[in-house]
Amino acid sequence: MKRFVSNNGWTIGLACLLGLLLIATKLIQPDFGVSGLDSLGRAALPFALATLGMAVVVIAGGIDLSLASMMAVSSVTAATLMQGASDGQSAMVLVFVLALGAAMGAVNGALVVVTRVPDIVVTLSMLFVWQGVALLILNAPGGAAPAWLRALSVGGLTLPFVPEALTVWLPKSVVFLFVCLAVIWLPIRRSKLGLMFYAIGSDALAAFRSGVPVGRTKIASYAVTGLFAALGGIAVTMSTGIGEPIPGPYLLAAVAAVVLGGVVLGGGRGGLLGPVLAVFVLRLVRMDLTLMSVDPNVTTIVEGSIMVVVVMFGGVVAMRGRRT
Amino acid sequence: MSIVQAPTMARVTRLMAENPLIPLILLLAGLVLVLQIMQPGIVSVFWVGNTIKVAIPLAMLAACQTLTMLTGGIDLSAGTVATITAFVMATLAPLLGVPEAVLIALCCALLAGIINGFGIAICRVHPLIMSLGTGLIANGCLLVYQRYVIATGTLIPDTLVWLGTGRTYGIPNGLVLFIPFAALIIWSQKRTGFGRLLYAVGSNEQAARLSGVRSWQVLMALYTLSGLIAGLTGLILIGLVKTPSLSLALRLDLPSVAAAVVGGTSIFGGRGGYGGTIVGALILTVLTTMLTLLHMPEGARGILFGAIILTVTALYIRLTEKG
Repeated sequence: MKRFVSNNGWTIGLACLLGLLLIATKLIQPDFGVSGLDSLGRAALPFALATLGMAVVVIAGGIDLSLASMMAVSSVTAATLMQGASDGQSAMVLVFVLALGAAMGAVNGALVVVTRVPDIVVTLSMLFVWQGVALLILNAPGGAAPAWLRALSVGGLTLPFVPEALTVWLPKSVVFLFVCLAVIWLPIRRSKLGLMFYAIGSDALAAFRSGVPVGRTKIASYAVTGLFAALGGIAVTMSTGIGEPIPGPYLLAAVAAVVLGGVVLGGGRGGLLGPVLAVFVLRLVRMDLTLMSVDPNVTTIVEGSIMVVVVMFGGVVAMRGRRT
Repeated sequence: MSIVQAPTMARVTRLMAENPLIPLILLLAGLVLVLQIMQPGIVSVFWVGNTIKVAIPLAMLAACQTLTMLTGGIDLSAGTVATITAFVMATLAPLLGVPEAVLIALCCALLAGIINGFGIAICRVHPLIMSLGTGLIANGCLLVYQRYVIATGTLIPDTLVWLGTGRTYGIPNGLVLFIPFAALIIWSQKRTGFGRLLYAVGSNEQAARLSGVRSWQVLMALYTLSGLIAGLTGLILIGLVKTPSLSLALRLDLPSVAAAVVGGTSIFGGRGGYGGTIVGALILTVLTTMLTLLHMPEGARGILFGAIILTVTALYIRLTEKG
């Protein structure tokens, strides 16, 4: 028990913070309830998926600045292809977009490995490239999403044999997020591949000498990031009903949430649950400030300050830890 | 044939590895040549002046990136800081007079630099994160500030317009500021203690610390300086663009990183210099002209821009590493 707490101290702290914030929200807005949770979940979904993608690549020792652009490509591809398509066809489109996301990520990774240019530079230039691709596919917001896809993230969950009063508290968007997390990340985390991600993240040379195919693992980590980016793009289309070719503010938010979630930049440490909690904390802070009718610009300042203070605090803690 | 060629090739690559500026200048010349072929007669004294004029703010902003990259850092708040300085100066000038407005605006830039320095040097936050965060906060502050001054109107001092857009005998006036600025940076990065400390901290911080370098002082000074340079850039840029806006220098943020990287400064620290960055900024400016000339859709332009940055950097790494 003690070991569990000390290993997951950061995540538990975040969960407590989230709980406190939820209570605070209830105090600020006494009728905060089912619909509030639902809108929180929906607002957080694209951010959370972007953060998951960023967390995977950061754990493997890289960084992907092209994340938001890849989301834009996925979003416009999905919306363009789904326009006027039947339900069966749009399900096929969904699979295609996911594959496309993984392929885009793999291209990023392959370029990093083949050119030996630093990750930041490669993904910075790919940011321009994917953004250009998104604009070529769809020059202005447009396209459409079928009704069943849009319904996937709206409202509470309904399960057979369980009274609705219980499940209504669990927004579908949150369930969707955790299903994605469980289906994609858990098998990887449990397998050799996940171990290799952590290995190349903490020390690529040592990993290479222990027989890890560093290049291929790196490409795989970028591909997983691309997959999450595709999911994020689909989530954007899901909530707005259209494709959005201009990348949203997801890159900055994802980096912030990854750091706040206890993943060490530079790689090798941290999990995916922390970053997800961090996304909800950041979104909830934003929501609380809006509920208190604070100027949205001041909200940005507060959000940025929280992020900076947290990382400063984290830095000081890490430094203390190294000394003792 | 090949026997004769092989040593020559080796010598050429070694020469390039030792003087990283040579391939860059060759590339720049090649790009200008392509441009001339694409649109015969475009390359003239006027065009050169124009290109330099546009490249100056980019090169100055890239100075922030170059200096911070030498220590293994990066300053992504530079674009925001430049925007703030320009905007604050332009809105305060009608109220307080030009010198006071410039002074206050530069103090804002200095403050942003100090905050960055505090986070990076003392709290040991990763520079990428810290400067992104500072940029975010600063941008929020700018938006809030903007609502209070919306009615006062703006004024752009003639001196800055002269510096940003004016020409004397076809030579852009901006060079009056830029040449001493660049000379100072190039001289100080090689010949002064502070410059050598940047390289020392960047190539091996542990070793630098064991040799008695207080790296936190170096970083603190560096990021404060970087904020100040970004502020200066903002002042030049407003003279060039002549309309204060809330996103004035934001579009220069990523190109400034690209200019430093194309110019051969290693993003991991310890290698590179400002000379290459200036050529890098020129290369990017010529490239932008070229893409505009081709009348490409915006998307294709983005793709090409990214692909070129990546190819140039990859080639550059290949060329300079072999030696």
